Amino acid sequence: MGKITLKDVEYVAGLAQLRLTEDEKNRLVREMDDILAYMDQLNELDTDAVEPMMHAMEMTNVFRQDETGASLPREEALMNAPMHDGEYFLVPRILEGDTA
Amino acid sequence: MNTPWHYQSAREIRDAVRSGAASATAMTEWHLDRIAEVDPLVDAFTQVWRDEALAQAAAVDEKARRGDALGPLAGVPVGLKELLCTRTGTTSCASKILKDFRSPYDGTVVKRMAAADAVFLGKVNMDEFAMGSSTERSTIKVTRNPWNLKCVPGGSSGGSAAAVSAGECAISLGSDTGGSIRQPAAMCGCVGIKPTYGRVSRYGLVAFASSLDQIGPLTRTVEDAALTLNVICGRDPLDSTSADLPAEDFTAALTGDVRGLRIGLPAEYFTDALNTEMREKVEAAVDVFRREGAEIVPVSLPHANYAIAVYYIICTAEASANLARFDGVRYGFRHPAAKSVEEMYVLTKSEGFGPEVKRRIMLGTYVLSSGYYDAYYLKAQKVRRLIKRDFDEAFEKCDVIAGPTSPIPSFEFGTKTDNPLEMYLADIYTISTNLATLPGISIPCGLTASGLPAGLQMMARPFNEAALLRAAHCHEQKSGVRLGEPPVA
Repeated sequence: MGKITLKDVEYVAGLAQLRLTEDEKNRLVREMDDILAYMDQLNELDTDAVEPMMHAMEMTNVFRQDETGASLPREEALMNAPMHDGEYFLVPRILEGDTA
Repeated sequence: MNTPWHYQSAREIRDAVRSGAASATAMTEWHLDRIAEVDPLVDAFTQVWRDEALAQAAAVDEKARRGDALGPLAGVPVGLKELLCTRTGTTSCASKILKDFRSPYDGTVVKRMAAADAVFLGKVNMDEFAMGSSTERSTIKVTRNPWNLKCVPGGSSGGSAAAVSAGECAISLGSDTGGSIRQPAAMCGCVGIKPTYGRVSRYGLVAFASSLDQIGPLTRTVEDAALTLNVICGRDPLDSTSADLPAEDFTAALTGDVRGLRIGLPAEYFTDALNTEMREKVEAAVDVFRREGAEIVPVSLPHANYAIAVYYIICTAEASANLARFDGVRYGFRHPAAKSVEEMYVLTKSEGFGPEVKRRIMLGTYVLSSGYYDAYYLKAQKVRRLIKRDFDEAFEKCDVIAGPTSPIPSFEFGTKTDNPLEMYLADIYTISTNLATLPGISIPCGLTASGLPAGLQMMARPFNEAALLRAAHCHEQKSGVRLGEPPVA
């Protein structure tokens, strides 16, 4: 019996906005448990004094002149949208009830 | 001409087009015919851009007729991985969620290759969102290894490697997050380079793990890899992590001479995990370097065995953040049954992503979640630092680190898909390079008894691709290793 339970998988799926089938959930309990157990080998190392490597390149802010350049034309920005009205992306209604 | 055009190098094709010995149109037609002949067996190409390619070639020929100077890749046929944004065709990442996505812009590498007068034949297959080591995770099709059609081409840039290996194009661009250029290059007998993090602009590369991803070339010769790097490297204002370095002519490193070069062999890369035949081929390659005057030195990478654990924490964490954008609003698939915004997100992602992508989103979300962040993500970042330090120390004793690219040669379809951890372990030798932001190369170093290619991997200090090319070129010229053409030819 590992550390990952069905409840954990359901909780994480909720955070990740995924809806899983019972089969997928059961599989993930097993697989995540295996993989996380493997990852636990990192605990063999004492890293208290180690600075985490948070960036691939140790760089400071990259600045540029604040100049307006060309931007994507609206019709191209919208061309892949599943729904749009020519001006905006459209999504299912967010607020309940009738809009007055 | 003895070799048919499809096994000529990019440089030879370029020279023929520049000298007028062949037209870009003829080169393009030749390779389109080659695709028609072998791709039904290999299935590397996901889209063939016949009309667009011939138009690009005609434009190159027109330039030649006007007497304009032709670019360094004039008329060279190129394949692009499905995750590189192109205005032509679709950019699907081999995923259902981006199946019909048409990029409104060309990525920087695509623009640079076009400006060098290369000709794009189309797009090539990959694991969905580059998550995989065998290209079996593509939702489009199954790509086969030209050396044995029962075997995988490696991954995730499996289509890129198979297409180059089968002579369908001279150069393909792939991407490498943990070995996705080098491992398929090794399995298909090609040259593959993952440049230093920051060498090549990632603008127009659909992101998987942003602190690890790099674009690089797969080719049949070391010189072609150098020529491609000359074109794609360099600062890009559209990618703030691209390094601002003076342009370098990488072909200058192709001297054939490794005298005085110090080549380090890490003991940790030559353990029992390494297949015996692969070990023999790699050791034979090291003998070539020794014979040619390189100094072979033992080095140690004490944290090498922790690399997979670190990698699969960091890459899944970054992936879970990057892939959150596929929510069905601005592009890609939207589930038709969604009645609310919340439901639109959930149904779209659940239906749009495949099992490996979901698994990684789940792992990444878990390691970033409250209560586990310090235990996994922060811990992994600390060990990532230790891995980088190992390399810094090793590179005080040597210029290049050499070892195998993959512990095993290519394998048959379906033999590793049931056990994700086992598939992850196949990346043991390649992922440290990405964690430590180093450049890495894989070159062919022989065939196993069953006729499958073995790859030699080399790594160098950041931005020292020249050392890799120098050693790789020497091996290519002096080792006598010639894989020849794969049986699919």
